[in-house]
Amino acid sequence: MPKPLFGLKHIFGIADLSREQIMSLVNLGDDFIDINTRSVKKDPTLRGRTVINLFFENSTRTRTSFEIAGKRLSADVINISASTSATKKGETLLDTGQTLAAMQPHVLVIRHSVAGTCEFLSEYLDNTALINAGDGSHEHPTQILTDLLTLKHNMGDISGKTMTIVGDISHSRVARSHLLAAKIMGYNVRLVAPKTLLPAFVERYGCEVFYDLDAALKGTDILYMLRVQTERLTTNCCFPSIREYHETYGLNMKRLKAAGDHCMVMHPGPMNRGVEIATDVADSMKSLILEQVEHGVAIRMAALTALCGGATEA
Amino acid sequence: MNMGNVMTDILIKNGRVIDPANKIDKVCDVWIEQEKVAGVGVFDGTAKQSIDATGLIVCPGLIDMHVHLREPGEEWKEDIESGSRSAIAGGITSICTMPNTEPCIDHAGIVLQVIARAKEIGLCNLHPIGAVSRNLKGKELTEMRELSRSGAVAFSDDGKPIWHAGVMRKALEYSSSFDYMIIQHAEETQLTEGGAINEGWVSTQLGVAGMPVEGEDSMIARDIMLTRRVDARYHVAHISSKGAVEQVRLAQKEGLKVTTEAAPHHFALTEDEVLNFNADAKMSPPLRTEEDRLAVVEGLRDGTIGVIATDHAPHHEDDKRCGLSCAAFGIVGLETMLPISLDLERAGVLSMSDLIAKMTSNPAALLNLPEGSMSEGSIADICIFDPTKTWTLDRGKLFSKGRNTPWHGRTMTGQVQYTLKDGRVVFEKGEIHD
Repeated sequence: MPKPLFGLKHIFGIADLSREQIMSLVNLGDDFIDINTRSVKKDPTLRGRTVINLFFENSTRTRTSFEIAGKRLSADVINISASTSATKKGETLLDTGQTLAAMQPHVLVIRHSVAGTCEFLSEYLDNTALINAGDGSHEHPTQILTDLLTLKHNMGDISGKTMTIVGDISHSRVARSHLLAAKIMGYNVRLVAPKTLLPAFVERYGCEVFYDLDAALKGTDILYMLRVQTERLTTNCCFPSIREYHETYGLNMKRLKAAGDHCMVMHPGPMNRGVEIATDVADSMKSLILEQVEHGVAIRMAALTALCGGATEA
Repeated sequence: MNMGNVMTDILIKNGRVIDPANKIDKVCDVWIEQEKVAGVGVFDGTAKQSIDATGLIVCPGLIDMHVHLREPGEEWKEDIESGSRSAIAGGITSICTMPNTEPCIDHAGIVLQVIARAKEIGLCNLHPIGAVSRNLKGKELTEMRELSRSGAVAFSDDGKPIWHAGVMRKALEYSSSFDYMIIQHAEETQLTEGGAINEGWVSTQLGVAGMPVEGEDSMIARDIMLTRRVDARYHVAHISSKGAVEQVRLAQKEGLKVTTEAAPHHFALTEDEVLNFNADAKMSPPLRTEEDRLAVVEGLRDGTIGVIATDHAPHHEDDKRCGLSCAAFGIVGLETMLPISLDLERAGVLSMSDLIAKMTSNPAALLNLPEGSMSEGSIADICIFDPTKTWTLDRGKLFSKGRNTPWHGRTMTGQVQYTLKDGRVVFEKGEIHD
């Protein structure tokens, strides 16, 4: 088996990473950006490695991003979209995991709606490195590494900067992972949402909590807008209407200007234009959204390389 | 009580005999003739079988009033035989079984069937708890009179709450007309739906949907109001929260017939157990905060909580090995009740006698069971345990079919050495005598 880099066996979440590991992954990702802009986008780093993308939830950008990352580094990449049946989904998950692991891939990239899926599977899979590509509302570590790379390019050192995350914090793995990363990397997080979209005791992360977006704008360096699951809003009584949501928590030009000229806009995608973010904001010069997507490929190259790109052990 | 030159069947010699029902706590002998306790005191004579109980505690066979066996219907999880074996390995000689089997215990025929099956196995008394509502649907009441005549000792829809307030009122009115007790799984499911663990800082960190404590507290508040109006006997199953304990305490002060029980996991563990997504620490109600745990301990200390009961809920490993949020609710508890509970005595919360009362005479009094004491002439169901012996729990060695325990690999202090049922040694140092 290849020797993992940076002391990483798996990538489950930001919670398990040290500052050094985060920096190493981000810097390695930075090195890979170049390959993606070349005319011949191929590098032999992962030749002979097998990567399986096992996605139990719909995903376009994350799955494609992992696929392109693997292929550009010459790994053999297999994509599997497994649907979760309502009953006995666990049996299927464990059996699917064990079945795929028996085919001896180097890395399994997993997205699943159940929090802790990678932690759970790792108890049963011995020789396969796991990357969490999003587990329920728990963590999404490669998204956060991606964001850190994008921020490095646009702001340099982010320690002391303030990221204001707006939207459905309760169900957001991106928000949780950022809250953990903020502590490690030294940036501040403000959360903005109504109480219906905030989880219990969220202030224990050491963040500021606002119910009013306008009150949170001043002093914000990064406005991080979360995707709103429109069906969740109305059926679970989290919010009365899309209209009122956009009015209260949507990012429009007026709010962006109020935040100040230095303020940048991020979004993990996919966006709901006109809901959490107005079209002119999404397409503005302040938007880092497409840069996030671009850097996502580089970070996934770094993650795969860290887990299976090292020298092969005897 | 020197009997002189008599012959007896079994002599339990020189143990610390604790029989809370008779206020006995002294080092002496217990002797048994045929299936009954013949005497407690100093025995001077010969015995066919002698057990040296020096350094051991001799108490009535324990009673666990909250047990889920899965027979009939889900015998791969547990059946009456494996459940009986698990019970006696834990020093428990009487269990009250919850009605959520398949079919459920809502007809006299099933009451009679499970009692007959337990008698045939002959290791442990089984007292069924009848369903409150037909098919546990929470709509129409069961024939409680007939269920009671057949052997049901109380009524519950446990696993689910009796959710509808109007049905609960009628259930309390009807049952109390005949002095039956209603046992409530207090959970306002409108608040807890979709939740897997306690709602709080742990659920927030894991991104797992939580069950707020108000789910338990609000239903108990409602039920206590109804109990006050109806003058019924209302028992809160597996109490787990500070608010719930406080409400029961106040209701008791007021003189209402409100009682409750606590499960060992709720006074020994907190929600931190699931921080690593451990599905074997998932149950309903969930493990809560340290503040809640301490409130349960205080409730046990001051007597608000009169009974320790396990909520033994065996599951097949397939139903647990699927990630925390998908895993089935419940843990096994029969074989760990005693050692975990002994921590209360070691911590100075309860005297040994008061602790044993919560697992013998108290549940017996609550449910009018003939067991739970070592009075002369009573059936000789006896537990003999070493309160200081340490051992490591290996879930692979449980007598239960269930492997779902949060205590796997942990050191237990206190171990059952002998269990006697109907005057016969049925469990001896790790072995069952069928």
